[in-house]
Amino acid sequence: MTRATFSIWRGDRGGGRFEDYQTDVSAGMVVLDAVHQVQAESAGDMAVRWNCKSGKCGSCSAEVNGMPKLMCMTRIDDLDLSQPVKIEPIKAFPLLKDLVTDVSWNYAVKKRIKKFKPRTPDASDGTWRISQQDVDRVQEFRKCIECFLCQDVCHVLREHNKHDEFIGPRFFVYTAALDMHPLDVEDRLEDLKKTDGIGYCNITKCCTVVCPENITITDNAIIPLKERVVDRFYDPLRLLWRKMMGK
Amino acid sequence: MTSTPDSLIRQGFGATSRSDTWWLKPLLTFGGLGAFVVYSTWAAFQAEHYHSGPYLSPFYSPELFGDSTHAWFGPKPSWWPGMIPWSPAFLILWAPGGFRLTCYYYRGAYYKSFWADPPACSVAEPRKSYRGENSLPLILQNIHRYFLYIALMFIVFLAHDTWKAMWFENAGTKSFGIGVGTIVLMLNVVFLGGYTFGCHSLRHLVGGFMNRLSKHPVRQKVYSCVSCLNKRHQVWAWCSLFWVGFSDFYVRMCSMGNWSDWRLF
Ligand code: SF4
Ligand code: SF4
Ligand code: FES
Ligand code: FES
Repeated sequence: MTRATFSIWRGDRGGGRFEDYQTDVSAGMVVLDAVHQVQAESAGDMAVRWNCKSGKCGSCSAEVNGMPKLMCMTRIDDLDLSQPVKIEPIKAFPLLKDLVTDVSWNYAVKKRIKKFKPRTPDASDGTWRISQQDVDRVQEFRKCIECFLCQDVCHVLREHNKHDEFIGPRFFVYTAALDMHPLDVEDRLEDLKKTDGIGYCNITKCCTVVCPENITITDNAIIPLKERVVDRFYDPLRLLWRKMMGK
Repeated sequence: MTSTPDSLIRQGFGATSRSDTWWLKPLLTFGGLGAFVVYSTWAAFQAEHYHSGPYLSPFYSPELFGDSTHAWFGPKPSWWPGMIPWSPAFLILWAPGGFRLTCYYYRGAYYKSFWADPPACSVAEPRKSYRGENSLPLILQNIHRYFLYIALMFIVFLAHDTWKAMWFENAGTKSFGIGVGTIVLMLNVVFLGGYTFGCHSLRHLVGGFMNRLSKHPVRQKVYSCVSCLNKRHQVWAWCSLFWVGFSDFYVRMCSMGNWSDWRLF
């Protein structure tokens, strides 16, 4: 049992401050446990969102010592307890109260992305045949738990507030899952370039670093999508060829 | 979207709640890339000591015009303007330079370490405006695949240099042999190959653009080889960067007589 100090953000959109709370921590505890303990012992009105406590619901996103993390997956024994552990809400979305933010912008963005559109069925009974190798590529993207830590760390949203022009890494992963699916025939390239703002991503890979599901967001989703956009809009020889062919 | 209270947002260059050494990696990248740019520019301006025996420095390969026996089309062309300093490297170095400059890995790395955009993850930036690769000039990064096409040709030229580096001239006759320089140049091809064949654009062009690769078994094999190299693209990028610089340095030292090349056989 060790006594540790947690410096937790308390406040709402109007303002607030960091409050220090002390509590006992023991082996095996995660940051979310400590926050709950503080809530029970000395801050009954502290707002914190959580659900599964096993890194699967994506609710408990926060910033622990400055890095976006799932509180339920951040072990206390990985932290330096000689200093207060700083816990604050994610920054890319409007604050509601304490550690809770309003992430509904993400749900609105998701609705805008063109849905899955399968090709005509392969068999007369209305079914398709897909090879496992072909779906392997998108399998990784389906692990996303929508914790929005990647959205939080992405400087295009976090620092530059381009929410109106840029959908963020989470939705490039989502678009990649649809666009690279072996059955899908929808065309999303124009949207990616124009409304989704893929050109704003400067491949600095912070999204990949923070993803708790270890999705290789930049290398496997964003860059391949950027290359597809190049095919359509930036490759000079292809543009010329299409012009000559009248396409 | 900003309805995060000001007291929570850390503004100003370098502001962050991170307590770790977040500045170390961008600083090392800055030092590494900076040292390479300085050395390669210096070496390109030298226009001498770039060949030694059968060895040709990769900064000068292919030598289109020049004084060594490696030159394709003879000595310095007469049309070269007198006011511009001459070096055989100037004719070709733009190609590997452009390839690395537009490489997806290096882009991410130098945006962070040279332009602080961002300096590190969840660390505040010095500028408020941001255009990314969405408009000029950075939108031009999208031509990376054209540099790739040239880089693939360079691999062939450098492989040919390695072959030539196995034939030592002795009293008018050429005999087969391997020197330390041969191995240095050979490793250079291996590292550059690992880097070039793991390129993101190549990955896309050989198969990534398709959703049903299983219908094309050969393509699928190539795609998985490129993907495999691509996983370690960053490592290949650094190894090849260091080694191409070292290869030039090795040839230079031999040519200047500071080092003598060891013949293994
Ligand atoms: S790689 Fe692109 S999407 Fe990911 S954090 Fe960086 S800028 Fe944002
Ligand atoms: S991609 Fe990763 S970081 Fe982003 S929302 Fe999904 S699980 Fe979270
Ligand atoms: S509580 Fe579900 S991910 Fe942390
Ligand atoms: S992406 Fe690095 S060489 Fe093409």
